[in-house]
Amino acid sequence: MAVLQRTKISAISALAGIAAAVTLSVSAPAGAQQKTPAAGKGEQFFPVLSYRTGAYAPNGTPWANGYVDYLKLVNAQGGINGVTITFEECEFGYATDRGVECYERLKGKGPTGATLFHPLSTGVTFAVTDKTVADKIPLITAGYGRADSVEGEVFPYNFPLMGTYWTAADILVQHIAKLNGGFDKLKGKKVTLVYHDSPYGKEPIALLTERSKLHGFELQTIPVTHPGVEQKAAWLQIRQNRPDYVFLWGWGVMNSTAVREAVATGFPRDRMYGVWWAAAEPDVTPVGADAKGYNGLAMQHSDDRSRIHEDILKLVHGKGQGTGPKEEVGTVLYTRGMISAMLGVEGVRQAQLRYGVKPLTGEQVRYGLENLTIDAKRIEALGLTGVMRPLATNCRDHEGSRAARIHQWDGKQWNYTSDWYEADMQIIRPLIRDTSTRYAAEKKITRRSCEAEMREAAKEPSKTPMAAAKK
Amino acid sequence: MLYRENGQFKSSYAADQQLLPIAQDRWFVIGLIAFAYLAVPALASDYMFRALIIPFVILAIAAIGLNILVGYCGQISIGQAAFMSVGAYAAYNLVIRVPQLNFLVVLLLAGGIAALVGALFGIPSLRIKGLYLAVSTLAAQFFIDWMFARVKWFTNYSSSGSVSTAPIELFGWTIESPVDKYLFVLSIAVVLTLAAKNLVRGHIGRSWMATRDMDVAAEVIGIKPLTAKLSAFAVSSFYAGVAGALWGFVHLGAWEPLAFNINLSLNLLFMIIIGGMGSLLGAYFGAAFILVLPLLLNQVPGALGVPISTALASHLEAMIFGGLIVFFLIVEPHGLARLWAIGKEKLRLWPFPH
Repeated sequence: MAVLQRTKISAISALAGIAAAVTLSVSAPAGAQQKTPAAGKGEQFFPVLSYRTGAYAPNGTPWANGYVDYLKLVNAQGGINGVTITFEECEFGYATDRGVECYERLKGKGPTGATLFHPLSTGVTFAVTDKTVADKIPLITAGYGRADSVEGEVFPYNFPLMGTYWTAADILVQHIAKLNGGFDKLKGKKVTLVYHDSPYGKEPIALLTERSKLHGFELQTIPVTHPGVEQKAAWLQIRQNRPDYVFLWGWGVMNSTAVREAVATGFPRDRMYGVWWAAAEPDVTPVGADAKGYNGLAMQHSDDRSRIHEDILKLVHGKGQGTGPKEEVGTVLYTRGMISAMLGVEGVRQAQLRYGVKPLTGEQVRYGLENLTIDAKRIEALGLTGVMRPLATNCRDHEGSRAARIHQWDGKQWNYTSDWYEADMQIIRPLIRDTSTRYAAEKKITRRSCEAEMREAAKEPSKTPMAAAKK
Repeated sequence: MLYRENGQFKSSYAADQQLLPIAQDRWFVIGLIAFAYLAVPALASDYMFRALIIPFVILAIAAIGLNILVGYCGQISIGQAAFMSVGAYAAYNLVIRVPQLNFLVVLLLAGGIAALVGALFGIPSLRIKGLYLAVSTLAAQFFIDWMFARVKWFTNYSSSGSVSTAPIELFGWTIESPVDKYLFVLSIAVVLTLAAKNLVRGHIGRSWMATRDMDVAAEVIGIKPLTAKLSAFAVSSFYAGVAGALWGFVHLGAWEPLAFNINLSLNLLFMIIIGGMGSLLGAYFGAAFILVLPLLLNQVPGALGVPISTALASHLEAMIFGGLIVFFLIVEPHGLARLWAIGKEKLRLWPFPH
């Protein structure tokens, strides 16, 4: 009995020790929930799903910092036409179940509920797609997510803005065709796709298969299981098969591991092409000088700087409000996080033209995102010149723009090595139609009719954005 | 004083052999079920249903299944999530290929298919025991994972390997709102728990327990190891299959093979170890502990208004959660269900312990 008593006591004292450690470490910086005094026109709540821990943290952290810094910048500049942005982060470690839990946790917060979600995970995108329709909250998946959700008739609340994986895969094939002097020269070439074994990595396969049938190149697909630190078998296969090109669809530590394995197997880095999630600094810097020559897709931007970076350094970092280290501002993933937040904020701005300057619901913001136009003038005003291209969405096209360039790592920075490519919708459209029709059948969804909605909108002149703005 | 069976006389065998012989227990369980059906829907929020309660109930079903195999029959398995995925994909394929089937039939068939697969993978248990068997069930986990990720027929040729389902319809009742979903999974959990309780009390359960305690002795007294072990695998996988189908259709709505990976199998095993091996109540305790506690821990700093970063909060979550597992295993190696039983013993003597 006495022994039992003692073990109990020591267990309790151990717990007390943990508790003490917890209270000590509580003094760490950066608030989970940021609130600034309301500027008078109410608050718009932006949930932030992020992953700063786990195998994907090297890539998830700069993105989240860019996202949050942009929201802070908008607040520092007076909010969205005076409506203050509030936000709360939820850490999910790139685990789909925890991401869904975060979605449920944050969707009802703020005066009008969550404005929109931006999960930065294709797995979470798949899992919450039908939930967002029921909850009427838009889901922006800039550069990732379901490729078929470009179709607004079946996916009213999904917005894969600025590019899907089919866009990415299509552009990569176009690039290697150009290098070889035309699509007909691709015949007999070997392309290997090394992919993260999840919906993210599997998305491009449909398009690559289509393209390989069309041009007669041989496609080999090699899955890599989560988290992707074990790739010896994959690279052994590559060594045996000797492909002409390797496409890398990885994320987090999987990317740097793949580049390292390429070095070990002697596969030339300049014949490797990463998707835009496998083409940032954290993917190549751990490998060191050997990563030189590695190529990747640049989704709109690379590590270029523009006025907005100066604004963030001045108005956010300058006031001690910066989320991450100062040096991170301007890196590929940081800028992508920033642009991702910008797309959401611009969607709210567009919706405000119709519904008035006040906190808007997710349903209202959906309208803004579906009728979003960011032209060259607006890009200039935002300070994003050179970082992004004009974008315009509509009911049938939730992607908005589908152009990208190739950039190459020279050991210190990324340099563009190609001109702009535009994804070929002649090839992608039929695929979108197939899969979205299948999805609609599985889910028993009745398609909206974009034509009917446009006719309806034309009949009510007072509902057009311009008229509302004049009022 | 309150919890004492003085004056409760059993005058028939039926009264003596009933499920809950003590009147207080009976009232407590009836009250608990009434609370679950009437009060919980009124009290819980949308978030609690979707993130905590519904997954808790479904995982409790899967944990009961695993407890039958590990806790009652003594066959260690780390493949429960694989059998869940068999149930989920079986239900998915039944629904899209035979759309006129009632969902309850689909659930039964999904459970049945999972039971067949489970019994198949249980065959090695006739020759190998203990940790070696655990390793062979690990093979089931990896093989089934691989199968659903690679064989496209199972996912209806979905381009990304992810499948999605329509809301369930049952006799004109569309199960869509969180409350509806909760009531549906709760009803299934109640029925399956009752069935499990009766199974483990009956001759089948006794043959499992005899096999667990000493298989040679069990064989000597006339229990066939073949039927005992394979039936445990089949029943356990049936529960897993039903839980898997519910996990896919009711909780997730859309899933990828990764949703049923080795992590879930290990979590289920931890649930029954911490909850209590060989106890149905333990499955519920364990599911609550493993599923709900991390989520609550994660939200404590925010709820208290302590300004720490989300990354630190999730590191703390892992640390405290790990600490609590160790703590409970030191205090009571037989699991939370044993603590509950000790509490009941003490309550019987209260307020005058010897």
